[in-house]
Amino acid sequence: MTTAVPAPPTAMPALRVEGVSKSFGALEVLRGIDLEVAEHEVIALIGASGSGKSTLLRCINLLEPVDEGRILIGGEEITARRVNVDRIRRRVGIVFQSFNLFPHMRVIDNVTLAPRHVAKRPKAEAEADAMRLLERFGLADKASQLPDRLSGGQQQRVAIVRALAMQPDLLLLDEVTSALDPELVAEVLSVIRELAAGGMTMLLATHEMGFARDIASRVCFLDAGRILEQGPPAQIFAEPREARTRQFLNRIIEAGRL
Amino acid sequence: MTALGGPDRPDRGGLAGLPGSRARRRREERASALRSTLVALVSTVVVFGAIAFVAVSSPGWSAVQASFLDGSIFASSLPDIASAFLVNIELFLVSEALILVLALLLAVARSSTAPVLFPVRLMATIYVDVFRALPGVLVIYILGFGIPGLNLPGVPTDPFPYAVFALTLIYSAYVSEVYRAGIASVHPSQAAAARSLGLTQAQALRHVVLPQAIRRVVPPLLNDFIGLQKDTVLVSYIGVVEIFRQSQIIEAANFNFTPYLAVALVFLVVTIPLARLTDWLIAREARRGLGGSGRSAQAANALSRGGQAAP
Repeated sequence: MTTAVPAPPTAMPALRVEGVSKSFGALEVLRGIDLEVAEHEVIALIGASGSGKSTLLRCINLLEPVDEGRILIGGEEITARRVNVDRIRRRVGIVFQSFNLFPHMRVIDNVTLAPRHVAKRPKAEAEADAMRLLERFGLADKASQLPDRLSGGQQQRVAIVRALAMQPDLLLLDEVTSALDPELVAEVLSVIRELAAGGMTMLLATHEMGFARDIASRVCFLDAGRILEQGPPAQIFAEPREARTRQFLNRIIEAGRL
Repeated sequence: MTALGGPDRPDRGGLAGLPGSRARRRREERASALRSTLVALVSTVVVFGAIAFVAVSSPGWSAVQASFLDGSIFASSLPDIASAFLVNIELFLVSEALILVLALLLAVARSSTAPVLFPVRLMATIYVDVFRALPGVLVIYILGFGIPGLNLPGVPTDPFPYAVFALTLIYSAYVSEVYRAGIASVHPSQAAAARSLGLTQAQALRHVVLPQAIRRVVPPLLNDFIGLQKDTVLVSYIGVVEIFRQSQIIEAANFNFTPYLAVALVFLVVTIPLARLTDWLIAREARRGLGGSGRSAQAANALSRGGQAAP
């Protein structure tokens, strides 16, 4: 189990978000986000739908360009002009709510696509590594199946393996259990737990508050495009400072989700 | 059909306290299905019988019969017509290969979004607009007579290459729109997932978007190729001796239209199986529901769960 290890002030943060704003037309989705993530930290982003969690993750992966502010990964500014977007993306993995596996490719080909064509590794080597990863997450017997033969939980685990195959420095998880049937959530959460124990730096948007409380070294509450409050899970869930946070958590408790 | 061939399930009507009602309902359904079949049969016989009667009893029937339905001319013309059809097949196969490539390039060009590619997009759009607007026969005439008319050195005089060229230009415009619809049907999340792994735009297109897009448009592509197969006769206008030109030659020699009927028969024999194949592929695709995102997978899971839950 990881515990919150405060990064020494001189250490290079794994991720640094400075004053990031993003609008879609007239809709301001992110309004000045500041966030620093140390290596091996697990950050849970919580907040209502539309508060900007997913957009923040998509900005960090450069799937959405930011309007204002900077994002630095390992000290390198990725929002700078003329930066090689594809090289940055290799260092940042993302897993989506709707899996987004490639339906026309077998599981093994989903996992080896980027290692082979982006990292230019030989096929046999990429496949051997992919098999090791699939084995580690109990998916070895699914390697030659097409994604639609798998359950939702298995598909999401494959999506995580696919992201891990590029050995990213930072893994972004965008509500990865929201599209799953309740009985399939646990298998995906246990994978994430294992990654956290292994020291993977992760940023996860989630509605699974119990899970966030267990796994996160820090919880950030997003409200209307701002990080309204952040702190260790014990503090956020037990004694939130902000009225909005209390309100949000009360609604979650009423819904029986915490 | 289900009413006629439905499996005899054990009668559970006892629950309702009416043990005979289920059996009686099945009998009634069967009787009603039989009635429907009989009505359809009688109506078909009456309609086609009436059409045949009108044709046969018309004042010109004997003349038409002599000029369109001459058995001996049919038999003697068939070998020549069949061998001329090889030219159509060659036209079809060569053009089809070229169309598949050119149309894909056009579709990719039109689906691009980079500002620097605007001129390419513009040219592709103009191309597709122009060649969908022009009647095919005009394109065949203009190319088939115009280019050789330039008398340029090294330009072929044989009409066959111009026929292939014209058919390729015309059909690529249509087929590129089919491809483009396929590309648009692949959910953007697929490209986003590929890009998030570090694939370039071109790699995402090549490995993720196009394979799914092409798979989805196979039935409409085949549909266009049924059209191409038939339109190969249009190049007879610029002097390619293919099946239609051959039948005109035989017609002129015998003053008899029966060879056209032979041509019609050849096309029916070749095209109808292709049409059936297309429908079969569409039905298979619908059954599979090969979707772009987790949606279809979830549907499939829900189905398989439902199947397991059923007693």
